[in-house]
Amino acid sequence: MESSSTLAISSSGLTKRFASGQVAVNGIDLAVPTGSVYGFLGPNGSGKTTTIRMLLGLLHPTSGEHTLLGQPMPSSSAVVLPRVGALVEGPAFHPYLSGRDNLLRLDAADRSVNGRTASTRITAALDRVGLGHAGSKRYRHYSLGMRQRLGIAAALLRPRELLVLDEPTNGLDPQGTREVRALLVEVAASGSTVVLSTHLLSEVEQVCTHVGVMHRGSLVAQEPLAALRNRRAPRFVVTTSDPAAASAVLTTAGLADVTTGPDSASALLGAAQPEALVVSLVEAAVPVRGVTVAAATLEETFVELTGEGFDVAG
Amino acid sequence: MSRAESAVHARLLRSELRLIFGRRRNWVGALVLSSVPILIAIAVRAAGSSSGDSFVFGQITDNGLFVALAALTVELPFFLPIAVSAISADAVAGEANIGTLRYLLVTPVDRARLLVVKMTAIAIFAAVAVLLVATVGAGTGLAIFGGGDVLTVSGTTLGFGEGLLRLLLVCAYVTLCLVALGAVGLFVSTLTEQPIAATIATLVVTLASQILDALSQLSAIHPYLLTHYWTDFGELLRDPLSLAPLGPGVLCAVAYIAVFGTAAWARFTTADVSA
Repeated sequence: MESSSTLAISSSGLTKRFASGQVAVNGIDLAVPTGSVYGFLGPNGSGKTTTIRMLLGLLHPTSGEHTLLGQPMPSSSAVVLPRVGALVEGPAFHPYLSGRDNLLRLDAADRSVNGRTASTRITAALDRVGLGHAGSKRYRHYSLGMRQRLGIAAALLRPRELLVLDEPTNGLDPQGTREVRALLVEVAASGSTVVLSTHLLSEVEQVCTHVGVMHRGSLVAQEPLAALRNRRAPRFVVTTSDPAAASAVLTTAGLADVTTGPDSASALLGAAQPEALVVSLVEAAVPVRGVTVAAATLEETFVELTGEGFDVAG
Repeated sequence: MSRAESAVHARLLRSELRLIFGRRRNWVGALVLSSVPILIAIAVRAAGSSSGDSFVFGQITDNGLFVALAALTVELPFFLPIAVSAISADAVAGEANIGTLRYLLVTPVDRARLLVVKMTAIAIFAAVAVLLVATVGAGTGLAIFGGGDVLTVSGTTLGFGEGLLRLLLVCAYVTLCLVALGAVGLFVSTLTEQPIAATIATLVVTLASQILDALSQLSAIHPYLLTHYWTDFGELLRDPLSLAPLGPGVLCAVAYIAVFGTAAWARFTTADVSA
């Protein structure tokens, strides 16, 4: 385990048992490296939001402890939380205030910023999420996507060392989703750590460097994205008009689990070199139309880890 | 301790007041509160005073200032408590209901400090509501009936300036009573995420207190009732002025503020915020 000074978030045995007796989060040990984009992945109801609420001090853990930016929580919340931007379980604002006035209220609540710079910072944050034109509109007239953007703007009101975003692209159209992802990459590139809770695997694949997978309150996997991907052995796939000949070559080469399709043959790659296999295929006069090394999709790995399909309420 | 760390979070308090006084619902409430003294003035002007009138109502035709006192008397049992219940019960429950509470807390705002800001805003609101009723009452009354010397309950007369001062003292006492109700409302507000339920509960406390206070069989508990001393402000219309008779009322209000303020703190600083 890395030392806590290089971890933006660390927890040990973090547990939340609700009064109903339900254990929403069961002894998780989070380790979010500083500077990473950490995908916090899990089906709905797996305990992601409860974990985030505990990390931010909204819920009191039943047991366990955690640190944010190297400082113990919740005892250090007054000094740590100003450096943390958060979107928790969707945006929430006063409906009869404009977007700008809502940000002004949050800024007024922050004792560690200068009120004189509020207007400038709010304008910058609104522009950054593409709401520059809609700042004076009442929040109640915002679309779902605009509300989500305003929530992200609130998290970006000041430079943050850590962003914790719960489902940030929820309700956004494809264009908005792209914009928000680009924004996250930009924030991460400037050195901030980003924790992205999501149930969208594509989102994790596109922007994350590390992944933590939650399942029924437990953290069932936590590693760099590449390592998680490599958990499932890659397959060597040949597209060809002569699948029988191709599968013969693959068998001869000593590959396991050779299967033949109508216009393809495939096998577990194992330790074999794909380049060498292509040479063997060509030497055997197999008409090769295409060759791919298919790593397991994250979705397959995910199903393997959680033993169930996606979007299943735990 | 630097200036930024003072007990009251001034910038948040200003924001809180903007939220309360900028809300259309509260403007409608202000309209209702200020319509009562106007109604009283017009009714007395049209029909004149009758022999069955109380001291305060009977004086209106002689001195417009009494419209303010009459309006406060009429609004104290119900209208003013509605206003204070709505605002105080909304303080925490309203923000929890729409989810803004979690964003305030992760900003972060210290929970105890947030309660101090909320309670301060409630107190300011109560003062503004009372002064609104008094000002509209005095303004309308003086315009219709004119001013002049003020007759006291003791039968003596006071100069107009002294009379105005007595009215301000009445406002201060009534405000304190309503702040005590506000503390109850704030506590109830920390128990739920439903502002309407909290408002009704707070209002029920006020009305139940008034009902219990009306049952002479229960006189043993009367001194402990929230509303028991509310009408004591009439003591301020005696000559010479003595603040001593208001002592129990002030003590009762301060005790309610202390007890329910502490209860709100104990509840809110340990509560899980899952809304």
